[in-house]
Amino acid sequence: MDFRRVKEYIAWIYYQYQIISCCSVLEPWEQSMVNTILLTIFAMVVYTAYVFIPVHIRLAWQFFSKICGLHNTISN
Amino acid sequence: MANPGGGAVCNGNLHTHKTQSHGSQSGDGRKNGVMKETQQNGNSPFYKPIVESFEQAPLHVMVFTYMGYGIGTLFGHFRDFLRNWGIEKCNAAVEREEQKDFVPLYQDFENFYIRNLYMRIRDNWNRPVCSAPGPQFDIMERVSDDYNWTFRLTGRIIKDVINMGSYNFLGLAAKYDESMRTVKDVLEEYGCGVCSTRQEMGTLDKHKELEDLVAKFLNVEAAMVFGMGYATNSMNIPALVGKGCLILSDELNHASLILGARLSGATIRIFKHNNTQNLEKQLRDAIIYGQPRTHRAWKKILILVEGIYSMEGTILHLPQIVALKKKYKAYLYIDEAHSIGAVGPTGRGVVDFFGMDPCDVDVLMGTFTKSFGAAGGYIAGRKELVDYLRVNSHSAAYATSMSPPITEQIIRSIKFIMGTDGSTEGLQRVQQLAKNTRYFRQRLNEMGFIVYGNEESPLIPLLLYMPGKVAAFARHLLQRKIGVVVVGFPATPLADARARICMSAAHTRENLDTVLEALDELGDLLQLKYSRHRKSARPDLYDETSFELED
Repeated sequence: MDFRRVKEYIAWIYYQYQIISCCSVLEPWEQSMVNTILLTIFAMVVYTAYVFIPVHIRLAWQFFSKICGLHNTISN
Repeated sequence: MANPGGGAVCNGNLHTHKTQSHGSQSGDGRKNGVMKETQQNGNSPFYKPIVESFEQAPLHVMVFTYMGYGIGTLFGHFRDFLRNWGIEKCNAAVEREEQKDFVPLYQDFENFYIRNLYMRIRDNWNRPVCSAPGPQFDIMERVSDDYNWTFRLTGRIIKDVINMGSYNFLGLAAKYDESMRTVKDVLEEYGCGVCSTRQEMGTLDKHKELEDLVAKFLNVEAAMVFGMGYATNSMNIPALVGKGCLILSDELNHASLILGARLSGATIRIFKHNNTQNLEKQLRDAIIYGQPRTHRAWKKILILVEGIYSMEGTILHLPQIVALKKKYKAYLYIDEAHSIGAVGPTGRGVVDFFGMDPCDVDVLMGTFTKSFGAAGGYIAGRKELVDYLRVNSHSAAYATSMSPPITEQIIRSIKFIMGTDGSTEGLQRVQQLAKNTRYFRQRLNEMGFIVYGNEESPLIPLLLYMPGKVAAFARHLLQRKIGVVVVGFPATPLADARARICMSAAHTRENLDTVLEALDELGDLLQLKYSRHRKSARPDLYDETSFELED
């Protein structure tokens, strides 16, 4: 039951995406092209986030903690 | 508080304080106030309050609209590239091989738009109708095998589609019934064609009868009828103004008015839609500075407006414009194509709607195609004007005059509306139209759609904005057996695609409720309920800066 409602909801969201981005008026092969390109871009964004964001956060944390840490030692 | 009512002029400044200017410029759906009655000079009448709304859509809607058009344009360029390089067969118009080195014919934006955007959703327009355009009609079913480049009729007929697109305001466009017997008799007696122009041998006694009747209906001195509504405008404006005259034409005027204005050779200046302050500024500039290089006075200044603007659903602000015209001694030409027979307590158009004197308007033009269920147009006004047009109009000299059965249909319709045989059915229909309009608009506003225009106008534009939704809207409604007209670019601005619903007195409450239910479901399915102001039953407060008591 729940599964069917979730599927309906996803279908509705997909339909909204189609009519908002004019995909509903494109021919089927054009729709596949748009979907493929968008999914590729999205996959690349996810991959980049997965690979690079933890490293950046760690480096930024080190940078700021060094400044705050320096400040602490001076005030001591 | 020395605030004059009715837009009358006071101390040289035109007070258009209350109503329309706020509504149309700020873009909020505020209910604008009541016009205050003036007691100053004691003879300005109380004019009807104008309630209009032009709500702006939320920002994300506009972003998505442009994004949708962007994707469409990208794909348009991609498909054009494929077609140019021969990878795909080209079904659109192209020049011949020999002409390829000359000026390109099909590269402008309009052709690009037609080839790539319009063609994809073309099945929503030009649907073949096979019955009278009454409140229900029959549509022939057609399908396309190659994505709307060609269509074929399947042979099936979709019956009893509720008609929300025909300009059938009073329900007079219907199948033959006994009340049309006089039309049949005239057809038997006079035949179909006239085969001549008005000035040669084409003036029938039926035309004279119709012209007297139109003059009586509109309460003016005389009228002249023509065979085609578009030609009435485009052929008679050149007869009235010429070089050395100035035409001040509204931004959203119909193509026939624009064509007539251009053909006349007069200078054309455009003022913002229904904006009397802009019009006054243009009038003052015209009178102060005169003609462009010589600074001589203009021979004539003609203000060209329409009674109801069909794409916006706005009604002309007649009292203010008449006040302006009297102050600056200009002439007024009103095209009542959509408003004659449809507005006003007795159905006599926008002059009747505001309760004004028809002698204030110099040229009253209208068409018989909409409320009267016939074809043709008229121009009415003072006798000198109409006599001049009988001699000098291009239409009188070159165009075939109106066909006799159509003349009789108009005579029958006007008599029906006026109630000359004592029955009140005509008046009832006019009132039914007003009731239907108010009910429909009120329900649409409650549901949360953005609807433009004056709340009494029977033309109801429902904003859709996104091109994908335009196509989905029309197709879904046809599946539910409701026929509407959707309009996009170039008839409307690019981002403001809309569905235009035409009310009719022949629609019953059940019809309207069916349509409203369908619109409600479709609004939820397609997420069309953009309005941020769901109007409540209580009236809004006026825009006061403080709510302290004044003595």
